[in-house]
Amino acid sequence: MIAEAGLAALWLAATLAGLQLLLAWSAVAKGNEDARRLIRPIAVAQGVLTCLALALLITLFLRSDMSVLLVAENSHSMKPFIYKFAGAWGNHEGSMLLWVAVMSAAGAAVALFERGLDQRTHVATLGAQAAISLGFYAFLLFASNPFARLNPAPADGQGLNPLLQDPGLAFHPPTLYLGYVGLSVAFSFAVGALLTRQVDARFARAVRPWVLGAWILLTLGITAGSYWAYYELGWGGWWFWDPVENASLMPWLAATALLHSATVLATRDALRAWTVMLSVVAFAMSMVGTFLVRSGILTSVHAFAVDPTRGTFILALLGLYIGGALALFALRVHTVNEGSRFDPVSREAMLVLNNLLLCVILGLVLIGTLYPLLTEMMGVRVSVGPPYFNTIIGPITIALMAVLVVGPLLRWRHDDPRKLLRRVTPSIALAVLALAAALILSAGRIGWLPALGFAAAGAVAIASVLPLWKRNLLRTPMFTYGMVLAHLGCAVSLAGMAAESSFSSEKLAAARPGDTFEIAGQTVRFDSVIPIAGPNWTAMQASLTVSRDGEVIGTARPQARFFSDPPTPTTESVQMTHWNGQLYLVLGDQLEDGRWQLRIWWKPFVTLIWAGGALIAIGGALALIGRVRRERRHKVQARKPARERFA
Amino acid sequence: MKRSLILWVPLAAYLVFLVVASLGLTQKNQTVIQSRMIGKPVPGIDLPAASAMAPALSTKQMADGKPRLLNVFASWCVPCAAEAPQLAQLAQRGVRIDGVAIRDARPDVDAFLQRNGNPFHRIGLDARSTLQFYLGSSGVPETFVIDGKGIIRYQHIGYIGPQDIDTILTKLREAGA
Repeated sequence: MIAEAGLAALWLAATLAGLQLLLAWSAVAKGNEDARRLIRPIAVAQGVLTCLALALLITLFLRSDMSVLLVAENSHSMKPFIYKFAGAWGNHEGSMLLWVAVMSAAGAAVALFERGLDQRTHVATLGAQAAISLGFYAFLLFASNPFARLNPAPADGQGLNPLLQDPGLAFHPPTLYLGYVGLSVAFSFAVGALLTRQVDARFARAVRPWVLGAWILLTLGITAGSYWAYYELGWGGWWFWDPVENASLMPWLAATALLHSATVLATRDALRAWTVMLSVVAFAMSMVGTFLVRSGILTSVHAFAVDPTRGTFILALLGLYIGGALALFALRVHTVNEGSRFDPVSREAMLVLNNLLLCVILGLVLIGTLYPLLTEMMGVRVSVGPPYFNTIIGPITIALMAVLVVGPLLRWRHDDPRKLLRRVTPSIALAVLALAAALILSAGRIGWLPALGFAAAGAVAIASVLPLWKRNLLRTPMFTYGMVLAHLGCAVSLAGMAAESSFSSEKLAAARPGDTFEIAGQTVRFDSVIPIAGPNWTAMQASLTVSRDGEVIGTARPQARFFSDPPTPTTESVQMTHWNGQLYLVLGDQLEDGRWQLRIWWKPFVTLIWAGGALIAIGGALALIGRVRRERRHKVQARKPARERFA
Repeated sequence: MKRSLILWVPLAAYLVFLVVASLGLTQKNQTVIQSRMIGKPVPGIDLPAASAMAPALSTKQMADGKPRLLNVFASWCVPCAAEAPQLAQLAQRGVRIDGVAIRDARPDVDAFLQRNGNPFHRIGLDARSTLQFYLGSSGVPETFVIDGKGIIRYQHIGYIGPQDIDTILTKLREAGA
């Protein structure tokens, strides 16, 4: 019954979405007042119904109801509770249901909380949101029904891919999805604003909190995903330029650009057409990413459920929505006024440069991701990996960081270049210092890219806190602190990347118990290997004692695990974190002669990469809270005189 | 006029993406990666004998005018035991089969041959997967058809079933048997 109830809730929600679209059309095109009043409650009901469907699917997983096909294929009764719970979205159908639930919940939130937009644009926005949801409902109900039954029901399920059996699964996909789908709100706002020709500062102020929210979640999702891949896959790398990683990076890049251009539009009423364009592109990238992953068109470690039919369906949705929005853009945007002008030496100009660089990076990542697809059509199979991405994207990122050093120190509209030079002097000094330190510490053997990375990190670190210089810190708005923190996060992350890529050391060894290894001033002693068992796996577990200067600093127990359902080996690496880096230990296979493969890395300051990501997200959160509070205060002030007049 | 044309550029670029993506979808999804070595000479490597029951193997002397099969197997591999009857049948029909035992030990190979029969002319022990790597083979079992000039003509990935025998014989004939 639970499965049928879930399916019914989905059908009902889909019907409501259809109704919402019709009513929105009637309200915007015909000015129908009754239709307008009905839209908000319908959007809310739709959100509640899809969240109910998701809750029912999770219930089925928790109860291990093997008569449901999806549960039987992806779960196992012996699985720990958290993986039954998270397993609900560790598969294609469940993850699409999560997507739809988040999307309609976001629609409900827009209906409930958005008060800044003018009413026609608001209704048009809800109509656009309904139109997108409708496509995804169709996709769920016709091409990937999560509630399909299996008759006869098997005695037990096939289990969850062991690589996914990690607490990371509970947080990483929902966070990313919230981010992807949050961008659908920006898309709907853009379509709504184009339909009613209301692209102005008010549109930017309305869209900004949504973009910020989505962007924070994307930042967290990407950071967490990177750390998850780092410890779970046991390769010691933290970014692989895998198509799915790129799929999450591309919307983030677009959202970062959008965030900055929306600020220009909200503050200075400039970059109108560009901001609308970016709103469309950001969600387009979320959908392109989903398409690339789910269609199986590119090979990826993330590609569960490869199915060309589904690929065709998503591609059709992509063509319809993004193609439609871009056509609307081309038809309507010339009716949008150009907005205010500005000087080449101004904060606006630097933000435009920031946008251009981010879009160039986005374009290059997209080309690198799609290139194997293009060559495959010409009969050549290639894969595009880190050599392409690092050498192409590294320098542009450094240029972007240079813009970051200058931008926040400039005034809006117009500034004096000589004064600017004085303001950036400390940053340049620290950049030179960092570069010199990197060259001396590595005895000149550092690559040019990490060396520039250190320089840029130094410059950004100073430049990011300079906006607080000589300001009353108590009266500085919270969103300024947010910006400072997020920019500082970039410097921290960059420093971590540069340190990891230039100063890491690695030991690969075939070892017998009793052997010792020296790495980065530490001694690792291989004590023993013992077999152990968990709830649904068995493992060989090594015991390694790590000491420095004869003093034991810890014991690491990396495992080579073997999961029984489905039969898959995984490595459980161990990271020992010190203030100045991480010791990364992996137990590999046993060789014929009885020795064990051991891999040991010393990764200096690697944790800064994710600490920086977290700082960026926290900065975003501060900015979001600051913006929302200020908007509310303005509204209260704007309302007061009106009340007095009536009193 | 010019500005309004530029406005259509994003849509045009996007349509290009859609065309590429839909063409990509119609492509057959290739999950098996064929070796790049097909059409190229067998890499020459000397391997020690893998068993007391067959002499050692050197891939340097495969250009002796006679086509053959090069079977990549291992005693620890279950499908390899399953394809043994088919290999025996091929050997009976006069096909010359050389073997490469991957990451194996001599006593294990001896036991494997005693259990499953020995269709091999020669067997080399490839303890570190060296030859396997140069052959562009990604697992066991795999079988290569090599012509009289020592050129790799065909790669069969996975276990040889009764239904595959005809294909293999045809490929051998094409290679000049």
